[in-house]
Amino acid sequence: MNAHSPLPPPMAVLLELTHRCPLQCPYCSNPTNLEQAKGELTTAEWKSVLDQAAKLGVLQVHFSGGEPTVRQDLAELIRHAREVGLYTNLITSGVAASKARLDEMAAAGLDHVQLSIQDSEAETAEKIGNYAGAQAKKLEFARWVREAGLPLTVNAVVNRHNIDRVGAMIDLAVGLDAHRVEIANVQYYGWALRNLEALMPRFDQFEAATATVEAARQRLKGKIVIDYVVPDYYARVPKACMNGWGQRFMNVTPSGKVMPCHAAETIPDLEFDSVRERPLAEIWAKSSAFERFRGTDWMPDLCKGCDQREVDWGGCRCQAMALTGSASEADPACGLSPFHAKLRGMAEAASHAAAPDFEYRRIAPRATAKSDSRAPVG
Amino acid sequence: MSATTLDLEARPRLAPGVRLKYDETRSCWVVLAPERVLMPDETALEVLQRLDGKKTVDALVGELVAEYQADRGEIEADVTELLNGLLEKRVLAL
Repeated sequence: MNAHSPLPPPMAVLLELTHRCPLQCPYCSNPTNLEQAKGELTTAEWKSVLDQAAKLGVLQVHFSGGEPTVRQDLAELIRHAREVGLYTNLITSGVAASKARLDEMAAAGLDHVQLSIQDSEAETAEKIGNYAGAQAKKLEFARWVREAGLPLTVNAVVNRHNIDRVGAMIDLAVGLDAHRVEIANVQYYGWALRNLEALMPRFDQFEAATATVEAARQRLKGKIVIDYVVPDYYARVPKACMNGWGQRFMNVTPSGKVMPCHAAETIPDLEFDSVRERPLAEIWAKSSAFERFRGTDWMPDLCKGCDQREVDWGGCRCQAMALTGSASEADPACGLSPFHAKLRGMAEAASHAAAPDFEYRRIAPRATAKSDSRAPVG
Repeated sequence: MSATTLDLEARPRLAPGVRLKYDETRSCWVVLAPERVLMPDETALEVLQRLDGKKTVDALVGELVAEYQADRGEIEADVTELLNGLLEKRVLAL
Protein backbone atom coordinates (compact mmCIF):
# COMPACT_ATOMS: atom_id res chain seq x y z
CA MET A 1 0.00 0.00 0.00
CA ASN A 2 1.00 3.61 -0.32
CA ALA A 3 0.84 6.45 2.15
CA HIS A 4 -2.76 7.24 1.20
CA SER A 5 -4.26 3.83 2.01
CA PRO A 6 -4.80 2.84 5.65
CA LEU A 7 -2.30 0.55 7.30
CA PRO A 8 -3.76 -2.92 7.95
CA PRO A 9 -3.08 -4.55 11.32
CA PRO A 10 -0.35 -7.21 11.42
CA MET A 11 -1.40 -10.85 11.05
CA ALA A 12 1.40 -12.57 12.92
CA VAL A 13 4.20 -11.93 15.36
CA LEU A 14 7.24 -14.11 15.89
CA LEU A 15 8.76 -13.96 19.35
CA GLU A 16 12.42 -14.90 19.60
CA LEU A 17 12.10 -15.69 23.31
CA THR A 18 15.81 -16.37 23.59
CA HIS A 19 18.85 -16.82 21.38
CA ARG A 20 20.09 -19.70 23.54
CA CYS A 21 19.97 -23.00 21.64
CA PRO A 22 21.57 -26.43 22.09
CA LEU A 23 21.97 -26.74 18.30
CA GLN A 24 24.43 -24.75 16.21
CA CYS A 25 23.01 -25.02 12.67
CA PRO A 26 25.19 -23.05 10.26
CA TYR A 27 22.13 -21.58 8.49
CA CYS A 28 20.42 -20.30 11.65
CA SER A 29 18.01 -17.46 10.94
CA ASN A 30 19.11 -15.55 14.04
CA PRO A 31 21.47 -12.63 13.60
CA THR A 32 25.20 -13.33 13.68
CA ASN A 33 25.42 -10.99 16.67
CA LEU A 34 23.34 -13.14 19.02
CA GLU A 35 21.78 -11.64 22.12
CA GLN A 36 22.86 -12.73 25.59
CA ALA A 37 20.52 -14.36 28.10
CA LYS A 38 20.84 -11.49 30.57
CA GLY A 39 19.12 -9.09 28.16
CA GLU A 40 16.02 -11.23 27.58
CA LEU A 41 12.58 -9.81 28.30
CA THR A 42 11.00 -10.98 31.55
CA THR A 43 7.84 -13.06 31.74
CA ALA A 44 5.81 -9.95 32.53
CA GLU A 45 7.32 -8.09 29.59
CA TRP A 46 6.51 -10.92 27.16
CA LYS A 47 2.96 -11.04 28.51
CA SER A 48 2.62 -7.35 27.82
CA VAL A 49 3.86 -7.94 24.25
CA LEU A 50 1.17 -10.62 23.84
CA ASP A 51 -1.53 -8.29 25.22
CA GLN A 52 -0.48 -5.50 22.90
CA ALA A 53 -0.22 -7.81 19.87
CA ALA A 54 -3.73 -9.18 20.38
CA LYS A 55 -5.12 -5.69 20.81
CA LEU A 56 -3.40 -4.56 17.63
CA GLY A 57 -5.11 -7.31 15.62
CA VAL A 58 -2.39 -9.97 15.50
CA LEU A 59 -3.99 -13.40 15.01
CA GLN A 60 -1.08 -15.80 15.34
CA VAL A 61 1.93 -15.89 17.62
CA HIS A 62 4.98 -18.01 16.88
CA PHE A 63 7.10 -18.89 19.91
CA SER A 64 10.58 -19.26 18.54
CA GLY A 65 14.20 -18.64 19.42
CA GLY A 66 16.91 -19.79 19.65
CA GLU A 67 15.26 -22.71 21.32
CA PRO A 68 12.12 -21.37 23.01
CA THR A 69 11.72 -24.33 25.37
CA VAL A 70 14.85 -23.32 27.30
CA ARG A 71 12.64 -20.54 28.70
CA GLN A 72 11.05 -22.09 31.79
CA ASP A 73 8.06 -19.74 31.52
CA LEU A 74 7.03 -20.97 28.06
CA ALA A 75 3.85 -22.78 29.14
CA GLU A 76 2.82 -19.71 31.12
CA LEU A 77 3.29 -17.53 28.03
CA ILE A 78 1.32 -19.97 25.86
CA ARG A 79 -1.54 -19.90 28.37
CA HIS A 80 -1.50 -16.13 28.38
CA ALA A 81 -1.49 -15.96 24.57
CA ARG A 82 -4.54 -18.23 24.43
CA GLU A 83 -6.30 -16.15 27.05
CA VAL A 84 -6.00 -13.08 24.87
CA GLY A 85 -7.25 -15.01 21.83
CA LEU A 86 -4.05 -15.68 19.90
CA TYR A 87 -3.31 -18.80 17.85
CA THR A 88 -0.16 -20.32 19.34
CA ASN A 89 2.58 -22.05 17.40
CA LEU A 90 5.77 -23.51 18.88
CA ILE A 91 8.85 -23.58 16.64
CA THR A 92 11.32 -25.95 18.27
CA SER A 93 14.34 -28.16 17.75
CA GLY A 94 12.73 -30.75 20.02
CA VAL A 95 15.91 -31.53 21.92
CA ALA A 96 15.45 -29.47 25.07
CA ALA A 97 12.01 -30.21 26.53
CA SER A 98 10.81 -33.25 28.49
CA LYS A 99 7.49 -34.98 27.85
CA ALA A 100 6.15 -33.45 31.05
CA ARG A 101 6.94 -29.96 29.83
CA LEU A 102 5.39 -30.58 26.42
CA ASP A 103 2.23 -31.89 28.13
CA GLU A 104 2.20 -28.75 30.25
CA MET A 105 2.30 -26.65 27.06
CA ALA A 106 -0.49 -28.70 25.49
CA ALA A 107 -2.60 -28.21 28.61
CA ALA A 108 -1.88 -24.49 28.40
CA GLY A 109 -3.61 -24.45 25.01
CA LEU A 110 -0.80 -24.80 22.48
CA ASP A 111 -2.37 -25.03 19.02
CA HIS A 112 0.44 -26.39 16.86
CA VAL A 113 4.05 -27.56 16.92
CA GLN A 114 6.66 -27.02 14.26
CA LEU A 115 9.64 -29.33 14.71
CA SER A 116 12.90 -28.84 12.82
CA ILE A 117 14.88 -31.73 11.39
CA GLN A 118 18.33 -31.34 9.85
CA ASP A 119 18.21 -34.52 7.75
CA SER A 120 16.52 -37.90 7.57
CA GLU A 121 19.87 -39.53 8.41
CA ALA A 122 21.09 -39.07 11.95
CA GLU A 123 24.78 -38.75 11.15
CA THR A 124 24.46 -35.80 8.75
CA ALA A 125 21.66 -34.28 10.80
CA GLU A 126 23.80 -34.25 13.93
CA LYS A 127 26.79 -32.87 12.06
CA ILE A 128 24.67 -29.99 10.75
CA GLY A 129 23.29 -29.21 14.22
CA ASN A 130 26.63 -30.07 15.89
CA TYR A 131 24.76 -32.02 18.55
CA ALA A 132 25.31 -35.74 19.05
CA GLY A 133 22.14 -37.65 19.85
CA ALA A 134 19.81 -34.94 18.53
CA GLN A 135 17.98 -37.12 16.01
CA ALA A 136 16.71 -39.69 18.51
CA LYS A 137 15.52 -36.88 20.79
CA LYS A 138 13.69 -35.20 17.92
CA LEU A 139 11.91 -38.37 16.85
CA GLU A 140 10.87 -39.03 20.43
CA PHE A 141 9.65 -35.44 20.78
CA ALA A 142 7.57 -35.82 17.60
CA ARG A 143 5.88 -38.87 19.14
CA TRP A 144 5.09 -36.94 22.30
CA VAL A 145 3.55 -34.16 20.23
CA ARG A 146 1.18 -36.57 18.49
CA GLU A 147 0.44 -38.42 21.74
CA ALA A 148 -0.59 -35.09 23.24
CA GLY A 149 -3.04 -34.72 20.34
CA LEU A 150 -1.24 -31.74 18.87
CA PRO A 151 -0.91 -31.23 15.12
CA LEU A 152 2.68 -31.39 13.89
CA THR A 153 4.61 -29.72 11.11
CA VAL A 154 8.07 -31.04 10.30
CA ASN A 155 10.36 -28.32 9.08
CA ALA A 156 13.33 -29.48 7.01
CA VAL A 157 15.94 -27.00 5.86
CA VAL A 158 17.53 -28.17 2.63
CA ASN A 159 21.19 -27.73 1.71
CA ARG A 160 23.88 -29.52 -0.30
CA HIS A 161 24.40 -32.17 2.40
CA ASN A 162 20.80 -33.39 2.57
CA ILE A 163 19.04 -32.25 -0.61
CA ASP A 164 19.36 -35.67 -2.23
CA ARG A 165 17.24 -37.05 0.62
CA VAL A 166 14.24 -34.72 0.25
CA GLY A 167 12.05 -37.75 -0.46
CA ALA A 168 13.28 -39.55 2.66
CA MET A 169 12.64 -36.42 4.75
CA ILE A 170 9.05 -36.26 3.48
CA ASP A 171 8.63 -39.97 4.25
CA LEU A 172 10.04 -39.38 7.72
CA ALA A 173 7.43 -36.65 8.30
CA VAL A 174 4.66 -38.99 7.13
CA GLY A 175 6.01 -41.69 9.45
CA LEU A 176 5.88 -39.22 12.34
CA ASP A 177 2.20 -38.59 11.53
CA ALA A 178 2.90 -34.95 10.72
CA HIS A 179 0.06 -32.95 9.19
CA ARG A 180 2.40 -30.79 7.22
CA VAL A 181 6.01 -30.75 6.10
CA GLU A 182 7.89 -27.67 5.09
CA ILE A 183 10.81 -28.23 2.74
CA ALA A 184 12.68 -24.95 2.77
CA ASN A 185 15.88 -24.28 0.91
CA VAL A 186 18.37 -22.25 2.92
CA GLN A 187 17.95 -18.48 2.69
CA TYR A 188 21.37 -16.91 2.35
CA TYR A 189 21.93 -14.04 4.72
CA GLY A 190 23.45 -13.87 8.19
CA TRP A 191 24.89 -17.23 9.25
CA ALA A 192 23.94 -18.96 6.00
CA LEU A 193 25.74 -16.36 3.90
CA ARG A 194 28.87 -17.00 5.96
CA ASN A 195 28.40 -20.67 5.12
CA LEU A 196 27.42 -20.20 1.47
CA GLU A 197 29.94 -22.66 0.05
CA ALA A 198 29.33 -25.17 2.81
CA LEU A 199 25.58 -25.20 2.08
CA MET A 200 24.76 -24.37 -1.55
CA PRO A 201 23.39 -27.30 -3.58
CA ARG A 202 24.02 -27.66 -7.31
CA PHE A 203 21.29 -26.69 -9.79
CA ASP A 204 20.78 -30.29 -10.90
CA GLN A 205 20.32 -31.34 -7.26
CA PHE A 206 17.73 -28.60 -6.81
CA GLU A 207 15.88 -29.70 -9.96
CA ALA A 208 15.81 -33.33 -8.82
CA ALA A 209 14.55 -32.28 -5.37
CA THR A 210 11.79 -30.16 -6.93
CA ALA A 211 10.66 -33.13 -9.04
CA THR A 212 10.65 -35.36 -5.94
CA VAL A 213 8.52 -32.83 -4.05
CA GLU A 214 6.05 -32.52 -6.95
CA ALA A 215 5.67 -36.29 -7.17
CA ALA A 216 5.23 -36.58 -3.39
CA ARG A 217 2.54 -33.89 -3.46
CA GLN A 218 0.52 -35.96 -5.91
CA ARG A 219 1.15 -39.23 -4.10
CA LEU A 220 0.37 -37.85 -0.62
CA LYS A 221 -2.56 -35.58 -1.50
CA GLY A 222 -4.94 -35.33 1.44
CA LYS A 223 -2.46 -37.16 3.67
CA ILE A 224 0.13 -34.48 4.29
CA VAL A 225 0.47 -30.87 3.16
CA ILE A 226 3.86 -30.18 1.58
CA ASP A 227 5.07 -26.59 1.51
CA TYR A 228 8.14 -26.02 -0.62
CA VAL A 229 10.37 -22.95 -0.54
CA VAL A 230 12.63 -22.78 -3.61
CA PRO A 231 16.13 -21.33 -3.28
CA ASP A 232 16.30 -17.72 -4.39
CA TYR A 233 19.61 -18.37 -6.12
CA TYR A 234 17.95 -20.61 -8.68
CA ALA A 235 14.69 -18.66 -8.91
CA ARG A 236 13.50 -16.29 -11.64
CA VAL A 237 10.97 -14.34 -9.65
CA PRO A 238 11.56 -13.05 -6.14
CA LYS A 239 9.49 -14.12 -3.16
CA ALA A 240 7.02 -11.74 -1.61
CA CYS A 241 9.33 -11.58 1.38
CA MET A 242 7.30 -11.29 4.61
CA ASN A 243 4.30 -10.72 2.28
CA GLY A 244 5.56 -7.17 2.00
CA TRP A 245 7.81 -5.36 4.42
CA GLY A 246 5.86 -4.09 7.43
CA GLN A 247 2.52 -5.29 6.11
CA ARG A 248 1.69 -8.49 7.92
CA PHE A 249 4.50 -9.51 10.20
CA MET A 250 6.57 -8.46 13.19
CA ASN A 251 9.59 -10.12 14.75
CA VAL A 252 10.55 -9.43 18.35
CA THR A 253 14.09 -10.25 19.49
CA PRO A 254 14.91 -11.63 22.98
CA SER A 255 15.61 -8.14 24.32
CA GLY A 256 12.45 -6.67 22.76
CA LYS A 257 13.65 -5.07 19.54
CA VAL A 258 10.87 -5.11 16.96
CA MET A 259 11.85 -5.83 13.36
CA PRO A 260 9.96 -6.25 10.07
CA CYS A 261 11.79 -9.55 9.49
CA HIS A 262 14.16 -11.72 11.48
CA ALA A 263 17.13 -10.77 9.30
CA ALA A 264 16.49 -7.02 9.21
CA GLU A 265 19.57 -6.34 11.34
CA THR A 266 21.73 -7.24 8.35
CA ILE A 267 20.68 -3.88 6.90
CA PRO A 268 23.16 -1.60 8.64
CA ASP A 269 21.41 1.76 8.78
CA LEU A 270 18.03 0.64 10.13
CA GLU A 271 17.08 1.63 13.66
CA PHE A 272 14.78 -0.61 15.65
CA ASP A 273 12.45 0.39 18.43
CA SER A 274 12.11 -1.74 21.54
CA VAL A 275 8.95 -2.78 23.33
CA ARG A 276 10.75 -1.55 26.43
CA GLU A 277 10.57 1.98 25.11
CA ARG A 278 7.57 2.26 22.80
CA PRO A 279 4.10 0.67 22.56
CA LEU A 280 3.83 -2.09 19.96
CA ALA A 281 1.02 -0.35 18.04
CA GLU A 282 3.13 2.76 17.70
CA ILE A 283 6.11 0.72 16.52
CA TRP A 284 3.95 -1.00 13.89
CA ALA A 285 2.60 2.30 12.61
CA LYS A 286 5.56 4.62 13.00
CA SER A 287 8.87 2.87 13.60
CA SER A 288 11.35 4.12 11.00
CA ALA A 289 12.51 0.58 10.26
CA PHE A 290 8.96 -0.44 9.34
CA GLU A 291 8.26 2.68 7.32
CA ARG A 292 11.50 2.46 5.38
CA PHE A 293 10.47 -0.24 2.87
CA ARG A 294 6.73 -0.33 3.41
CA GLY A 295 4.59 -0.11 0.28
CA THR A 296 6.05 0.95 -3.05
CA ASP A 297 7.43 4.49 -2.55
CA TRP A 298 10.95 3.28 -1.68
CA MET A 299 11.24 1.13 -4.81
CA PRO A 300 13.83 1.52 -7.55
CA ASP A 301 12.44 2.35 -11.03
CA LEU A 302 12.78 -1.29 -12.08
CA CYS A 303 10.19 -2.28 -9.44
CA LYS A 304 8.06 0.87 -9.63
CA GLY A 305 7.36 0.26 -13.31
CA CYS A 306 6.68 -3.46 -12.87
CA ASP A 307 3.16 -4.90 -12.73
CA GLN A 308 4.35 -7.35 -10.04
CA ARG A 309 5.26 -4.57 -7.59
CA GLU A 310 2.34 -5.33 -5.29
CA VAL A 311 2.70 -9.07 -5.75
CA ASP A 312 6.33 -9.64 -4.76
CA TRP A 313 6.87 -6.20 -3.20
CA GLY A 314 10.39 -6.09 -4.66
CA GLY A 315 11.40 -9.32 -2.91
CA CYS A 316 13.79 -9.60 -0.01
CA ARG A 317 15.47 -6.43 1.30
CA CYS A 318 18.12 -8.37 3.19
CA GLN A 319 19.12 -10.31 0.11
CA ALA A 320 19.33 -7.09 -1.91
CA MET A 321 21.60 -5.72 0.83
CA ALA A 322 23.80 -8.82 0.94
CA LEU A 323 24.23 -9.15 -2.80
CA THR A 324 24.13 -5.62 -4.19
CA GLY A 325 25.33 -3.58 -1.22
CA SER A 326 22.06 -1.64 -1.13
CA ALA A 327 18.81 -2.64 0.53
CA SER A 328 16.91 -0.36 -1.86
CA GLU A 329 17.75 -2.40 -4.96
CA ALA A 330 15.40 -4.98 -6.42
CA ASP A 331 15.97 -8.45 -4.98
CA PRO A 332 18.62 -10.03 -7.24
CA ALA A 333 16.49 -13.20 -7.26
CA CYS A 334 14.42 -11.30 -9.85
CA GLY A 335 15.43 -12.23 -13.39
CA LEU A 336 15.15 -8.54 -14.34
CA SER A 337 17.67 -7.40 -11.73
CA PRO A 338 21.05 -6.34 -13.14
CA PHE A 339 22.58 -8.41 -10.33
CA HIS A 340 20.71 -11.62 -11.19
CA ALA A 341 23.58 -13.11 -13.20
CA LYS A 342 25.96 -12.42 -10.32
CA LEU A 343 23.63 -14.21 -7.91
CA ARG A 344 23.36 -17.24 -10.14
CA GLY A 345 27.13 -17.19 -10.71
CA MET A 346 27.75 -17.19 -6.95
CA ALA A 347 25.48 -20.20 -6.55
CA GLU A 348 27.14 -22.08 -9.39
CA ALA A 349 30.65 -21.36 -8.08
CA ALA A 350 29.81 -22.18 -4.46
CA SER A 351 27.97 -25.37 -5.28
CA HIS A 352 30.74 -26.76 -7.47
CA ALA A 353 33.53 -25.95 -5.01
CA ALA A 354 34.47 -28.53 -2.38
CA ALA A 355 32.33 -27.98 0.71
CA PRO A 356 34.37 -26.31 3.47
CA ASP A 357 33.76 -26.98 7.18
CA PHE A 358 30.79 -25.26 8.77
CA GLU A 359 31.13 -22.06 10.70
CA TYR A 360 28.74 -23.02 13.47
CA ARG A 361 26.22 -20.65 14.98
CA ARG A 362 27.54 -19.59 18.38
CA ILE A 363 27.03 -16.74 20.78
CA ALA A 364 30.09 -14.53 20.57
CA PRO A 365 32.52 -14.71 23.49
CA ARG A 366 31.90 -12.08 26.15
CA ALA A 367 34.87 -9.96 25.15
CA THR A 368 33.24 -9.36 21.76
CA ALA A 369 29.81 -8.79 23.21
CA LYS A 370 31.16 -6.07 25.49
CA SER A 371 32.24 -3.99 22.55
CA ASP A 372 28.77 -3.86 21.09
CA SER A 373 26.82 -0.70 21.52
CA ARG A 374 23.62 -1.99 23.05
CA ALA A 375 22.70 -0.30 26.28
CA PRO A 376 22.98 -2.47 29.38
CA VAL A 377 19.69 -3.79 30.62
CA GLY A 378 18.70 -2.66 34.06
CA MET B 1 -8.63 -40.73 -5.07
CA SER B 2 -7.18 -40.46 -1.59
CA ALA B 3 -8.52 -41.61 1.75
CA THR B 4 -10.09 -38.23 2.36
CA THR B 5 -12.55 -38.40 -0.54
CA LEU B 6 -15.89 -37.40 0.78
CA ASP B 7 -19.01 -39.48 0.88
CA LEU B 8 -22.36 -38.20 2.03
CA GLU B 9 -22.23 -40.15 5.28
CA ALA B 10 -18.90 -38.56 6.28
CA ARG B 11 -18.87 -36.30 9.34
CA PRO B 12 -16.27 -33.61 8.74
CA ARG B 13 -14.99 -31.32 11.47
CA LEU B 14 -12.29 -28.72 11.86
CA ALA B 15 -8.91 -30.47 11.89
CA PRO B 16 -6.84 -30.45 15.09
CA GLY B 17 -4.95 -27.16 15.30
CA VAL B 18 -7.60 -25.31 13.29
CA ARG B 19 -9.92 -22.76 14.86
CA LEU B 20 -12.75 -20.63 13.54
CA LYS B 21 -12.83 -17.29 15.27
CA TYR B 22 -14.55 -13.93 14.95
CA ASP B 23 -11.88 -11.24 14.65
CA GLU B 24 -12.99 -8.03 16.33
CA THR B 25 -10.23 -5.96 14.75
CA ARG B 26 -11.14 -6.82 11.16
CA SER B 27 -14.85 -7.44 11.85
CA CYS B 28 -14.87 -10.78 10.05
CA TRP B 29 -14.57 -14.50 10.68
CA VAL B 30 -11.15 -16.08 10.27
CA VAL B 31 -9.93 -19.66 10.09
CA LEU B 32 -6.69 -20.01 12.03
CA ALA B 33 -4.55 -22.93 10.90
CA PRO B 34 -0.85 -23.81 11.06
CA GLU B 35 1.02 -21.02 9.21
CA ARG B 36 -2.25 -20.02 7.54
CA VAL B 37 -5.07 -17.60 8.08
CA LEU B 38 -8.08 -18.04 5.81
CA MET B 39 -10.87 -15.51 5.44
CA PRO B 40 -13.89 -17.63 4.49
CA ASP B 41 -16.49 -16.13 2.16
CA GLU B 42 -20.16 -16.17 3.16
CA THR B 43 -20.86 -19.62 1.74
CA ALA B 44 -17.77 -21.22 3.26
CA LEU B 45 -18.55 -19.63 6.63
CA GLU B 46 -22.13 -20.91 6.52
CA VAL B 47 -20.78 -24.43 5.96
CA LEU B 48 -17.93 -24.23 8.48
CA GLN B 49 -20.22 -22.99 11.24
CA ARG B 50 -22.51 -25.97 10.76
CA LEU B 51 -19.77 -28.61 11.02
CA ASP B 52 -19.46 -30.32 14.37
CA GLY B 53 -18.04 -33.76 13.58
CA LYS B 54 -21.45 -35.31 14.27
CA LYS B 55 -23.43 -33.99 11.34
CA THR B 56 -23.17 -35.93 8.07
CA VAL B 57 -22.56 -34.16 4.78
CA ASP B 58 -25.99 -35.38 3.75
CA ALA B 59 -27.62 -33.69 6.75
CA LEU B 60 -25.63 -30.51 6.15
CA VAL B 61 -26.82 -30.37 2.54
CA GLY B 62 -30.36 -30.97 3.75
CA GLU B 63 -30.13 -28.01 6.13
CA LEU B 64 -28.86 -25.71 3.41
CA VAL B 65 -31.50 -26.84 0.93
CA ALA B 66 -34.21 -26.07 3.49
CA GLU B 67 -32.68 -22.75 4.50
CA TYR B 68 -32.15 -21.41 0.98
CA GLN B 69 -34.87 -23.39 -0.82
CA ALA B 70 -32.34 -24.23 -3.47
CA ASP B 71 -31.80 -27.17 -5.79
CA ARG B 72 -30.41 -30.14 -3.87
CA GLY B 73 -28.09 -31.31 -6.66
CA GLU B 74 -26.54 -27.88 -6.98
CA ILE B 75 -26.01 -27.43 -3.24
CA GLU B 76 -24.57 -30.91 -2.92
CA ALA B 77 -22.07 -30.28 -5.71
CA ASP B 78 -21.00 -26.92 -4.23
CA VAL B 79 -20.68 -28.26 -0.70
CA THR B 80 -18.69 -31.35 -1.62
CA GLU B 81 -16.32 -29.30 -3.75
CA LEU B 82 -15.76 -26.88 -0.88
CA LEU B 83 -15.32 -29.65 1.69
CA ASN B 84 -12.95 -31.64 -0.51
CA GLY B 85 -10.78 -28.55 -0.99
CA LEU B 86 -10.65 -27.93 2.76
CA LEU B 87 -9.90 -31.59 3.47
CA GLU B 88 -7.02 -31.50 1.03
CA LYS B 89 -5.60 -28.46 2.81
CA ARG B 90 -6.18 -30.27 6.10
CA VAL B 91 -8.35 -27.48 7.40
CA LEU B 92 -10.98 -30.18 7.91
CA ALA B 93 -10.62 -33.74 9.13
CA LEU B 94 -12.92 -36.75 9.06
